[in-house]
Amino acid sequence: MINHLRPAITILFLLTLVTGLAYPLAVTRIGRALLPQQAQGSLIERNGQIVGSRLIGQNFTSDRYFWPRPSATSPDPYSASASGGSNLGPTSAKLKERVDSDMKRLSVAGIAAPVPADAVTTSGSGLDPHISPDYAAAQVARVAKARGVNEADLKALLSRLTEGRDLGFVGEPRVNVLELNLALDEMKS
Amino acid sequence: MTIVGWLQISLLFLFVAIAIKPLGVYMAQVFEGERNLATKLGGPFERGFYRLAGINPDKEQGWLSYTLAMLAFSLAGFVSLYAILRLQAYLPLNPQGFPAVPADLAFNTAVSFVTNTNWQNYAGEAVMSHFSQMAGLTVHNFLSAATGMALAMAVTRALARSKVSTLGNFWVDMTRATLYVLLPIAFIIALGFVAMGLPQTLDASATATTLEGAQQVISLGPVASQEAIKQLGTNGGGFFNANAAHPFENPTAWSNYLNIFSMLSLSAALVYTFGRMVGNRRQGWALITAMAVLLITGVAVTYWAEAAGNPILTSLGVDAAQGNMEGKEVRFGQAMTALYAAVTTGLSDGGVNGMHGSFTGLGGLVPMFLIQLGEVLPGGVGSGLYGMLVFALLSVFVAGLMVGRTPEFLGKKIEGREMKFAMLAVLILPLVILGFTAISVMLPFAVASIGTAGPHGLSEILYAYTSAAGNNGSAFGGLSGNTLWYNSTLGIAMLLGRFAYVIPVMAIAGSLAAKVKTPASAGTFPTDGPLFVGLLIGIILILGGLQFFPALALGPIVEHFAMLAGQTF
Repeated sequence: MINHLRPAITILFLLTLVTGLAYPLAVTRIGRALLPQQAQGSLIERNGQIVGSRLIGQNFTSDRYFWPRPSATSPDPYSASASGGSNLGPTSAKLKERVDSDMKRLSVAGIAAPVPADAVTTSGSGLDPHISPDYAAAQVARVAKARGVNEADLKALLSRLTEGRDLGFVGEPRVNVLELNLALDEMKS
Repeated sequence: MTIVGWLQISLLFLFVAIAIKPLGVYMAQVFEGERNLATKLGGPFERGFYRLAGINPDKEQGWLSYTLAMLAFSLAGFVSLYAILRLQAYLPLNPQGFPAVPADLAFNTAVSFVTNTNWQNYAGEAVMSHFSQMAGLTVHNFLSAATGMALAMAVTRALARSKVSTLGNFWVDMTRATLYVLLPIAFIIALGFVAMGLPQTLDASATATTLEGAQQVISLGPVASQEAIKQLGTNGGGFFNANAAHPFENPTAWSNYLNIFSMLSLSAALVYTFGRMVGNRRQGWALITAMAVLLITGVAVTYWAEAAGNPILTSLGVDAAQGNMEGKEVRFGQAMTALYAAVTTGLSDGGVNGMHGSFTGLGGLVPMFLIQLGEVLPGGVGSGLYGMLVFALLSVFVAGLMVGRTPEFLGKKIEGREMKFAMLAVLILPLVILGFTAISVMLPFAVASIGTAGPHGLSEILYAYTSAAGNNGSAFGGLSGNTLWYNSTLGIAMLLGRFAYVIPVMAIAGSLAAKVKTPASAGTFPTDGPLFVGLLIGIILILGGLQFFPALALGPIVEHFAMLAGQTF
């Protein structure tokens, strides 16, 4: 075993230089040169200020915006430096209570049962940027009323921003909540 | 389940099927020392490394020397990784100013990455500096995988050669696996990942002002480079706590394909490499067929269970059309989450794109059961191949008992010595998994860590030791594993799952290598046909799986019926 220690330590050190420093730093350099937007986290700026990332969900509670899915991150929903899911099992009493109370909140906001599942479940990351087209459609009346805009205009906007399946089967139909709400702010009311 | 869902699943298997042969041939060339573009570019480095390390690359090792070299290398890796984690406050590239990782967590993490488990009792973005992620964790993502591949090559040579005492040189196999297989492929995949939206930066985070005026701190880092080798080396340790459910590790359906493809293709191709090196390609395909049958069954059961939804929530008025969405991302849906869950556990990857702990009873049973089968579908890169060969030896032995002939595999007689070591290896998993689970459920402070009471609580503990002993790394995350008890015992389970398994396997290899390779005769049981594939599947299920059935009945199966009855805990 002792005579294996010299090769072990030397090879470990050399391969650390190659795989632990040269490799990630080379990918970083090339990524920044060729794909700066993606390499920096697909950030969105408005009026020179970073308002979020295209890929990361953020919390919306106002009636003037479309709401995202519930989020289990702590301390606040959609904490993008503390990703994670609820990890509650299917028979968890806490899960049932939480869904029940979210159903009541949605019902006050005019969304009646059957409610789309994504509207009352937390995502695995707690940062899901998307909602289902069904959940988005269920919120149109509320947002239109709060903003004083035409429901038909909102529906048109929604269908424009709904992403479908590539090649007809890859991926799930979805709406990016942040992009939808940014477009909403652009709309003339 | 929908047609669209099955089309999504089929596309992945199509990609992998196309990649198996070219990747398999390439790896055979690398390990047999043939020259190609990569060896031309890397050759001077490779030879320089050997010179500095005092290694004679032409000198082959016997099974014991090969194993000792592997153990010495793993020990050096453990010590250096432990030191990096404990000293990260004094090391460079720590923009968030993270303090040292506590001793028990550093022990658990170092063992976890050196054994190719990548169980994570920490949230990456809140604990690990960039230096720890790159020079610590990324390095071992490469090296633990390369170690697995080297061991698989040693076992392959034992079956390919006749009457020899040596199995190759560990240093050469491991260095070649890193420089010529993992590094170039990881580099290409990492750039692909950046194009798909994975961040790759040395900045710690960006701060956004949300549309509603709140501050959102968005963690960033060298994610793409780590994600590529995390999958390619079937490691599974995420940059972020949420692993590949995090949109920065897995932003689209296409990145999801690339994630799953990266983890599955090398392991599957290595089986082809095996067939080619032992001079019987049909044998490689026979093993791949058995793996595929079991893996696709696993995908189907998870998909079916999850798409059906959770009746407890349906009764509250939740639409069942989307299935069980707790812990899942909208962009993946049920089919692509089920596919990921089955592949990550049929392999020894352990990354997740949805939270297994929030799966329904049967949906969560499948990933746990696939790990308990020994992760041979097709298993970790390297470790899956030698695990599968142990089952193949057991299969020919059982077949030999039935007809009363001395069993043979690829021309090698399988005798008492090999069988004893094979059983020793196979018994390690149930001993460690069931043993530690039984002790934990009797200790009040260990039970206090569970997140959901009732049968799910047992599942959480059982899954933790299953994942650790199987060197998988996925979790039922409700369990708060970052305690002295779990950090230590899970660490021990990982060590036993890796080394107490592979040492008997290497002893088998040494014993087989010394035997004469006899040509097949009329009385030889063919091990590359459908009869053998069926027998192998049966042996995997019975010897690998059956002993876990009582524990599974008390955990996920009871939970399934409780869920149907609407009972909560």
